[in-house]
Amino acid sequence: MPDRVSIALLYPELLGTYGDGGNAAVLAERLRWRGIETDVLTLGAGATVPTSCDIYLMGGGEDGPQALAARELSESGALHAAVDNGAVVFGTCAGIQVLGHEFANPDGTPHPGLGLLDVRTLRGTGQRAIGELLSEPVVDGLPTLTGFENHGAVTHLGPGVQPLGRVVRGVGNGGGDGSEGAVSGRILATYMHGPALARNPALADLLLSWVVGSPLTPLDDAEVDELRAERLRFVRRGRWRRNR
Amino acid sequence: MLEFPRGFRSLRLARGQPLHARLGPVAPSLPLRTRVATGAGLAVAGLSRRVGAGEGSVIGGRVLLAVDPGALTRLAAGRPVALVSGTNGKTTTTSMLAAALGTLGPVVTNSTGANLMSGLVTTLARGRAGAPAVLEVDEGLLPRAVAGLHPSVVLLLNLSRDQLDRIGEVRIHAQRWRAALEGAPSTAVVANADDPLVVWAAGLARQVTWVGTGQRWRLDAYSCPNCGEQIDWDDSGHWACTNCSLARPQTHLSLEGEDVVLADGRRVQLQLQLPGWPNRANAAMAAAGAEVVGVDVVDGLAAMGTVAHVAGRYQVLSVDGVRVRLLLAKNPAGWAEALDLLRPAPMPVVVGINARIPDGRDPSWLWDVPFERLRGRLVIATGDRGRDLAVRLRYAEVEHRFVDGYLDAVRATGATDIDLAANYTSFQDARRELARA
Repeated sequence: MPDRVSIALLYPELLGTYGDGGNAAVLAERLRWRGIETDVLTLGAGATVPTSCDIYLMGGGEDGPQALAARELSESGALHAAVDNGAVVFGTCAGIQVLGHEFANPDGTPHPGLGLLDVRTLRGTGQRAIGELLSEPVVDGLPTLTGFENHGAVTHLGPGVQPLGRVVRGVGNGGGDGSEGAVSGRILATYMHGPALARNPALADLLLSWVVGSPLTPLDDAEVDELRAERLRFVRRGRWRRNR
Repeated sequence: MLEFPRGFRSLRLARGQPLHARLGPVAPSLPLRTRVATGAGLAVAGLSRRVGAGEGSVIGGRVLLAVDPGALTRLAAGRPVALVSGTNGKTTTTSMLAAALGTLGPVVTNSTGANLMSGLVTTLARGRAGAPAVLEVDEGLLPRAVAGLHPSVVLLLNLSRDQLDRIGEVRIHAQRWRAALEGAPSTAVVANADDPLVVWAAGLARQVTWVGTGQRWRLDAYSCPNCGEQIDWDDSGHWACTNCSLARPQTHLSLEGEDVVLADGRRVQLQLQLPGWPNRANAAMAAAGAEVVGVDVVDGLAAMGTVAHVAGRYQVLSVDGVRVRLLLAKNPAGWAEALDLLRPAPMPVVVGINARIPDGRDPSWLWDVPFERLRGRLVIATGDRGRDLAVRLRYAEVEHRFVDGYLDAVRATGATDIDLAANYTSFQDARRELARA
């Protein structure tokens, strides 16, 4: 078990439209409560991204900033090197798009991604997917995943990844196969944006277990359980269509 | 001689006469359809008010627009119109600008924050014909309002993340504003020089008065709205794109501490009843707007000092022996300011969070708010989404409890003097529930 874990929050000013910085706080606190020290490195645009961190986080962003982030990361090659070193990568929303082979510019033309996940993202033709997103995870041992999605693009999974979950409510990847998110090795991505790990502590602990190795001490998540129960009730009753 | 912006109309205004009287033969008689629509709309609005269903603007406006879809333009014809839009500070700035214009004569204004199409038409229909209108406009509606109302002046306060589920992305607003103002050459613009998104949005307007507000929120403007490259800020608050020519423009009027510094170098000390930097910035924007439409800035600023609580913001209620001061904050930039305005710890605070349609259905933004600043005091989390807040506070290591219901939340603090901060519909619920108690 490592005595320190380093977490890199990539370009929060570019990829942090939806409170995505919260995921770094959740991971760091859950380690700290277990007696493991953490360093959270907030890496702004233009900063040199170290290749030695344990976990890299990428959040959601608007089109222009997203392309800028993709360009910086592909020019430096830092994330590729980190992945080769065995780092864990967690991407939400724009994160899943940037991690793939390509995503769509605002005019629909393809913009090269990092190619770390075998997914391709195209501009959607229908309505923007906005609302509560619920999925049953494909990954063993995880409970139902709950979050909020807000994206116009559609992500198609290639044979090199497996989905994170099957959509129960919402749109998810949107390619017609009912899949949500993508996992390959230690790279995990989802359309549940923003503080996805706050609502899904088991997912946070899965990422941490990849770094820490040994089984993690259970935490008292009663307060999160109440929030999760409330969200699941809300979605299953179809109350998301109403105002509260 | 005082002039309205070029292209709208030049007016010789003699001091001492009410502004609407000085505007000459305004208020052209309305077509029958608009008169019928106005009568029907106002009757419904009045009925709604009398039965206690609300202020009536929304329902009345809907009826009015159903009868005459072109009513907005017709009701605005013949009166000077000033519009105020932005993510934060609309309602207060509108009140301040209305107070400043009020020094010249009667003014029509939507002081309760009814800032969608229905609210605008009801406000105009209720107001005196020909009287100048000062209207708060929702960010998304601004392009239509500019096209329909042909305003003399538009105040662009700021643009930051807010209700992301409903409106999409902040930059889309900036883009739409930019196009709308390019198409309105007779409209003068007053714009916040410290918000790159606003500066870009005002970039194609014919006539712009830039105001230095000292805005500190930068999370939404790290990448250039013009070219996508990085924006650099220096310690003095100057900013410039590292790639294209977008940069902080030279300001005509600026806020420096408690003073507004005018173009001629004069300093006017603000004497506001409303607290904090946000309200001083609002006053600076309103002062520039007032000047554009011919109000003496010193007179205008003095009038703004009469603005007390606006639609309940900063109001103090006495509830069950507890003094509760109400603060409204709707998005991360607004919350960052509101947390600064709270009275110091260990005074407990109630924080109410909803995520209904007017709030935005997605409370992910809670993680963009520096709630860590609440350490050292008890926080009672409440509202429809109080549980989301409770989880946020847990990770911020702030002592907290979730309590359902505003009255119970206030009681749970165990204190006799507290602050209550809430987002939009939670604020309304809290105000209603606590006023009844």
